[in-house]
Amino acid sequence: MKTERLTRRSLITHALSAGTALALYPTLLSAREYRGGDAPPWSPNVADQPYYGTEYGQFFTPAERRAADALTARIIPTDESGPGAREADVVIFIDRQLAGFYGRGQRWYMRGPFPDPLETQGYQSEHTPAGLWRHGLAALDAHCRETHDGRDFVDLSEQEQDAVLKAMDEEEIEFETVSAKQFFDFAKEMTIEGYFCDPVYGGNRDMAGWRYVGFPGARYDYRDFIHHNGAPVELPPVGLLGAPYWTR
Amino acid sequence: MMRNAIIAASVAILSSGAAVAQEISSSQIERGRYLAIASNCVSCHTDIENDGIPWAGGRELDTPFGVIITPNITFDDETGIGRYTRDDFWRAMHEGIRRDGAQLYPAFPYPYFTRMPRQDVDAIYEYLRTIEPIRSDVVPEAELAAPFQVREAVRGWKLLNFDQGVFEPDLEKSDEWNRGAYLVRGPGHCAACHTEKTLTGGDAAGEDLRGGVLENWHAPNIRGGEHGGIADWSEDDIVDYLGTGRAAHTMAMSRMGEVVEFSTQHLREDDLRAIAVYLKDLDDEERQVEAGPDDDAMRIGAWLYFDNCAACHRSDGGGVDHIFARLDGSNKVNSEDPTTIIRITLEGARAHPTERWPHGLAMPAFSWKLTDEQIADVLNYVRHAWGNNARLIDASEVADLREYLTE
Amino acid sequence: MADRRSPVDVVLVGFGWTAALMAQELTEEGLEVLALERGGWRDTGTDFPTTHAPDELRYYWRHDMFLETARETQTFRNNRHQIALPIRRWGSYLPGVGVGGAGVHWNGQTFRFLPSDFVAKTHNEERYGPLPEEMTVQDYGVTYDELEPHFDWFEKICGISGKAGNIRGDIVEGGNPFEGWRSDEYPNPPLEMTFAQHRFEAAANGMGLHPFPAPAANMSRGYTNPLGVQLAPCTYCGFCEKFGCGNFSKSSPQTTIIPVLMKKPNFTVRTHCEVMQVLKDRNGERATGVTYMDAHGKLWEQPAELVILCGYQLSNTRLMMLSGIGEIYNPRTGEGLVGKNYTYQVMSGVDIFYEEEFTNEFIGAGSLGMVVDDYNGDNFDHSGLGFIGGAYIASWTTHQRPIESHPTPEGTPGWGLEWKRAMRKNFLKHTSLSIHGASMAHRENYLDLDPNYTDQWGRPLMRMTFDFTENDRRLSDYITPIAEEIARNMGGREVNVSQFTDDNYDIKPYQTTHNTGGTIMGQTPADSVVNRYLQSWELPNLFIMGAGVFPQNAGYNPTDTVAALTLWSARAIRGQYLRNPGPLVQA
Repeated sequence: MKTERLTRRSLITHALSAGTALALYPTLLSAREYRGGDAPPWSPNVADQPYYGTEYGQFFTPAERRAADALTARIIPTDESGPGAREADVVIFIDRQLAGFYGRGQRWYMRGPFPDPLETQGYQSEHTPAGLWRHGLAALDAHCRETHDGRDFVDLSEQEQDAVLKAMDEEEIEFETVSAKQFFDFAKEMTIEGYFCDPVYGGNRDMAGWRYVGFPGARYDYRDFIHHNGAPVELPPVGLLGAPYWTR
Repeated sequence: MMRNAIIAASVAILSSGAAVAQEISSSQIERGRYLAIASNCVSCHTDIENDGIPWAGGRELDTPFGVIITPNITFDDETGIGRYTRDDFWRAMHEGIRRDGAQLYPAFPYPYFTRMPRQDVDAIYEYLRTIEPIRSDVVPEAELAAPFQVREAVRGWKLLNFDQGVFEPDLEKSDEWNRGAYLVRGPGHCAACHTEKTLTGGDAAGEDLRGGVLENWHAPNIRGGEHGGIADWSEDDIVDYLGTGRAAHTMAMSRMGEVVEFSTQHLREDDLRAIAVYLKDLDDEERQVEAGPDDDAMRIGAWLYFDNCAACHRSDGGGVDHIFARLDGSNKVNSEDPTTIIRITLEGARAHPTERWPHGLAMPAFSWKLTDEQIADVLNYVRHAWGNNARLIDASEVADLREYLTE
Repeated sequence: MADRRSPVDVVLVGFGWTAALMAQELTEEGLEVLALERGGWRDTGTDFPTTHAPDELRYYWRHDMFLETARETQTFRNNRHQIALPIRRWGSYLPGVGVGGAGVHWNGQTFRFLPSDFVAKTHNEERYGPLPEEMTVQDYGVTYDELEPHFDWFEKICGISGKAGNIRGDIVEGGNPFEGWRSDEYPNPPLEMTFAQHRFEAAANGMGLHPFPAPAANMSRGYTNPLGVQLAPCTYCGFCEKFGCGNFSKSSPQTTIIPVLMKKPNFTVRTHCEVMQVLKDRNGERATGVTYMDAHGKLWEQPAELVILCGYQLSNTRLMMLSGIGEIYNPRTGEGLVGKNYTYQVMSGVDIFYEEEFTNEFIGAGSLGMVVDDYNGDNFDHSGLGFIGGAYIASWTTHQRPIESHPTPEGTPGWGLEWKRAMRKNFLKHTSLSIHGASMAHRENYLDLDPNYTDQWGRPLMRMTFDFTENDRRLSDYITPIAEEIARNMGGREVNVSQFTDDNYDIKPYQTTHNTGGTIMGQTPADSVVNRYLQSWELPNLFIMGAGVFPQNAGYNPTDTVAALTLWSARAIRGQYLRNPGPLVQA
């Protein structure tokens, strides 16, 4: 730490230090004091770049992966009009998310107790997102085996799968360990996230979701297109790490 | 804070009364203070990277020959220049010789300070004497490559490169021109960065103020006459840039930002105008037209530019006055040596905050986002778009600089 | 036992808009000013540059920009006969955190309250007769005229892009003819409008309404503010609200004040410091400073001569409760003032779907819109309508980010093949109108401390008891159909209406982050927590900033008014309090 004679020293910029490595930017800096007297701090080659520190394959068991794949493929199915959740690698996205801070509910207030909520009081469950999926998929398969001659969800026909999901959505089915409706809502939410997120997170593979709806992606300048007057604006989608046309 | 320290030091002496000999008048000190600012002593002689005390030395300078640590130039008897007489100080500034007779390494830019007449050097001496003496750590001997680890070797260097002598005005030019020439050649020591160096570290013949590389930054061509690097800068642009850190179309960053912060933004406007007049009188050879990228590469480069750069620099390369640099016609962009533009693309850059323009607008780092090929492609696009023209950059040049920056 | 830090003249709790404004003012007096911010340092070039700012998942859905509920949240119920449960995931509102606070990720919609809004009780009762007893509406204690110079200053600091409608009483073509008088034009011209705004303008004009371009804290051109700080032109990137601006084109503390504030040696900010409590002296007559927890888990005492709460409304109100300053409101008895008059925003919307035309809403900016104010405040005759206050109707084009917004017409299933195709068909051909209504105070809508749930340090969470009121419902029912009519004249294929007031207030869907009240200002200590200078009646060296001082919320986004009140308070501190510390208003 600084010695006494320097404590009144202003924080001088580090703009001149050569070659600091572009390290992983710490997302939680320790308490720091910034004294006025010079320009705010800035260092070259430092960026809080996107980072979600999990690889695929750390969360779902093979059975869970199959069930999740089947489920998400019903929420956004594949058809002639374009790719669905499966082509967009939504399951990879979900797997990576559930293995990390989001799955742990790390940023959420998760202290109990957990009485049944009013409709207006939002998510109330002792389950983290990871727990919700784990229990939800297990309960879904258990339900299907019970009601569809021992078959898991993945082995149902598409119509049968849709019927089960509809019943969950309309609260006609209940599970024991988790709320079927809550699990369904959550699964739908994460399917949409995985279909439309930046590809850097594992979903929206090749920007399939963006291409499907016509979203130009992570762009930052539309000034040349403001006066479109109702005409289409055709820009290929680009993600945080670029697009195929950035490379030969 | 630097500025406050400088002001505080001079106010301290004017108000303290005691301990200063009667024959030193405040105008002499003020004159010395101004010349010290013009010479930008404080910037090298302060360990800026580590929050060092102004004037007390300790800054590491990365020279082509190795690392040199700047000495303490407060008048501390043991660790500073407290024992220097006026003659000692003159010898150092004019001849490059230390009080004990040893050669001084020309990292201390005496090859340029030699242009300063005795009276000016005396004034700086008086000013330095008024600064509170600081006891600092003893500066270790520099760690230089052979043969320069032996100071005596500098004698040989001087034979090749050192043109000792006070500035001589050109009687056919105006007073203003001569004042500008003196400031540029003497205290300003612009050529120390802006002139290419030979292998032995002297100014390369024929490359005067046509650009140079130091510490992996390229300082561009600053000849302002026909075909010069800043041919399309007006005198006002130069005055604005030096005086405030920004012209409408560009801003000082990094090392030059430091120069503006500690030196030029404190100079009188008539002096800045003199510098501008002088620089505008330096023309240059016509540059050869360089071949551009093939169509494919240009198309890819154009997309890279639109996706990554246009949100600040505009799709037409026009920038935003006093806010984002104009790339169309940019001196840095059109420099033969692309070190600076590759570097700021990799690690980002900040417009150096100054008194007039306090907002340090920052360009982000692209090192994590773009590959070497993509950086080369987008820079080659910029170097051939609109009115620009400069040689093609190879991805390996980007790779080399990337490696240097991550060391 | 907390270790003591060296005393400072002023300690600011939080370092967002109000703290930046207050710090800039008070440092000019040579005071030693310290800001304690629970979040981290944030800087455009490093934390949200153009290279990674447009990341919808990270910044909105994973809440990278926002306070974590794990750190501080509220419990919620609609009425006091229910049990409040914690808000575990943000929905209805998104509190900010970090240097710059919500000023980093707001949209930039910058409206002044109307002159009549500041005297809502007096004005409305004069015109329409006594208000129902349960409507605890009050006057602010300060007038629009007193605040006008401060609105002006803030708008110039920000570089607001807009068109004035009333300059010193002269109604000016192209602006809002209903606005309170302005001393000057906006510092920048309005943003360039897009397709939806053109359609809205034509439709509104056709109905005899008075559309005007929304005042925007998104720059229409490069701008240098009076402090010498610069902002760049907005590029309509569509990543505005909930995101930091990567190219300096949105007004925030970072782009307007911090660069000059950080040049002052008498200003310091400590990050990752959570203020735990405001300390009082033994007699409970003065604040002596605050305690805070640093990131290492160490508790400190920070003594100060002046304590100013500059956190978000929810945090400030809770801090008052946890510090035992003033009595917490009890709706049963009507006693107590801290937590009283909690209000919010009454929102409804109209979706418009086009068949042929492309709305391309991804080309948007946070405050890109056309607005009609004909039905806001008391701009229209409320006789016989059974409610007071109003709403603006706006055609905003702020974004079309697909996770958040993939609109489908009513009747579309919520998932599956048909839904997927409907998403695609309508994605580029949808726009919406927003009805942004006032929220009048009610004795049953309030904040207090929760009896069941605590934070990680064992301190009770604040409990929010809130539901839409009769006034809210009538207001929304009256004005929404007008918006619907405008929408039907905008040439689309179909129009869907949705009103939040149709159901109980629901914490799940995002509405606005305009939580107001709880530490209300007023003319006597019998009916307010702070006086007209935002000074605590109880502790004269404690001031409270933010929208918590609003006795009720008007039909506008709060920021401009929050800022004007902050500057008004700061000038009172500089001009009067510092010369003569003590109550600025005799109780």
